Amino acid sequence: MFPLLLAVSFITFGLTYLTNENPAVAILHAQGAPNITPQLIDEINAQYGFNQPLLIQYWQWLVQAIHLDFGTSYITGDSVAGRIAPAFFNTLKLTVVASTAIIFTSITLGVVSAYTAGRLPDRIIRSLAFFLTALPSYWVASMFIIYFSVKLNLLPTSGLNGVESYILPVTVVTLSYAGIYFRNVRSSMVEQLNKDYVLYLKACGVQSSTVMLHVLRNALQVAVSIFCMSIPMIMAGMVVIEYIFAWPGLGQLSLKAILEQDFPVIQAYVLIVAVLFIVFNTLADVINAWLNPRLREVHE
Amino acid sequence: MMKRLINNKMAVVAIVIIALYIVLGIAAPIITPYHPNSINVSNKYANVSLQHLLGTDHLGRDILTRLIYAIRPSLLYVFVALFASVSIGATMGFISGYMKGYVDVVIMRLCDIMLAFPSYVVALALIALLGAGAENIMLAFILTRWAWFCRVIRTSVMQYTSSDHVKFAKVIGMKDSSIIRKHIFPLTLADIAIIASSSMCSMILQISGFSFLGLGVKAPTAEWGMMLNEARKVMFTHPEMMFAPGIAIVIIVMSFNFLSDALQVALDPRIESKKSMNPTKKGVMTS
Repeated sequence: MFPLLLAVSFITFGLTYLTNENPAVAILHAQGAPNITPQLIDEINAQYGFNQPLLIQYWQWLVQAIHLDFGTSYITGDSVAGRIAPAFFNTLKLTVVASTAIIFTSITLGVVSAYTAGRLPDRIIRSLAFFLTALPSYWVASMFIIYFSVKLNLLPTSGLNGVESYILPVTVVTLSYAGIYFRNVRSSMVEQLNKDYVLYLKACGVQSSTVMLHVLRNALQVAVSIFCMSIPMIMAGMVVIEYIFAWPGLGQLSLKAILEQDFPVIQAYVLIVAVLFIVFNTLADVINAWLNPRLREVHE
Repeated sequence: MMKRLINNKMAVVAIVIIALYIVLGIAAPIITPYHPNSINVSNKYANVSLQHLLGTDHLGRDILTRLIYAIRPSLLYVFVALFASVSIGATMGFISGYMKGYVDVVIMRLCDIMLAFPSYVVALALIALLGAGAENIMLAFILTRWAWFCRVIRTSVMQYTSSDHVKFAKVIGMKDSSIIRKHIFPLTLADIAIIASSSMCSMILQISGFSFLGLGVKAPTAEWGMMLNEARKVMFTHPEMMFAPGIAIVIIVMSFNFLSDALQVALDPRIESKKSMNPTKKGVMTS
């Protein structure tokens, strides 16, 4: 995990040098300096430490980043952390609510559809899920705004004021992801339901609810790791949803930063998502080892 | 495999739709009576009529014409990105799966690193660095997808490398390059087709998503996401503008979804037959 974190942070740091212009010139452009003189460039280089060797710069940047200090914004001169923190928590709130909704919906649908495999409810759920995965989320979001917020005037169109602001974004995100995860839950449920132990439990006359608990525990193992790995993906995919619903989150902030050429904000965003991804991947392994003792033995 | 694919009716419909989109996209100038960017402000928001089958947009441009022209950037860019990432992924996957050893370890670590960056985030970072444009989104797709393809292809290469016919080929002294070409590559093609068609869907959705954000294809070019973005600005007064491009996207994405499912079944017929086998498993009917 740690070598991976180091590599990922180095790439994120190196992004600054991918521009076709000198970073100092980029900063001056972003700040709207009227004419760029070599003297100004030298000043900026000294101020941001661009004249030091690359590895030293990286080290300083890394130490700062570990202390959650992502440098200063090119535009406002404020600390990037100060701008990112509130946005991050807004996105986090939306992601947590949405992920809970996605997990709940896909497990419910998956279980229902696995139990009725081949019959009508299963077929309806499967074709619905199939249709949902093909829908562009931004299109659904716009349609919902037109219908629920404008025509029926039931829900707020945008922003974050109170509980009702969550309803539309969460619904849209759930619709676009539940179809994908539902398929995973269903296929592992069907696989488990056909195992011998289920037949044995049934033959022993164990209550069907108890049988279901056994099946769920085994079937959800696969689902747990997929869910864990996809939470950072869902978070990254929020950009479009945040843009449509004017949600004051990370995606919205980074879109603004792109327009302003405020690169440290983007850099911090990339780093946060990548680190979250690695952390959640490790978490998935840990949870799986906890759920499945066989995996633990292999590692030990 | 092709035979099983053609026996699946939904797969045939999906292939026909995809082919239709491609033909329409290529033949756009012949089919459409209008130019996609010809502006006629006096005729804006025209209703559905014989002259304009789907009406006109806020600048009086024919919507159907723009929809058809939009196939070009929407599908073409995705095809190019897909081709590039599959080729890189396949090459690396073959090297990694066939050579094993430290080459494999290095390539796999590289994949781990690339996979830690979701493609949305990479695309945003590249746009911030290099400016908005569909090329940068394509670059982001290639950078993030190849690692995924590489992993899948590596797994299937490893599986076939340890199979008997490859071992025999090695024993009789065939060259590694011809073993790969004659005995492994044809087998992995099916796996490649499945992952390629299923990632088409997410790529189409994402590239139009970026155009919707105004970060993809540049302004006058017709592109579905771009058209939705323009429609969004007037969605309270003219909500009907949102329908056509959205439906165009849904249809093509669903077709690719069907295709990838059908490919999977055609490759492994057990998936389908498993279902019919289950009820009589071990001679006992399950309730």
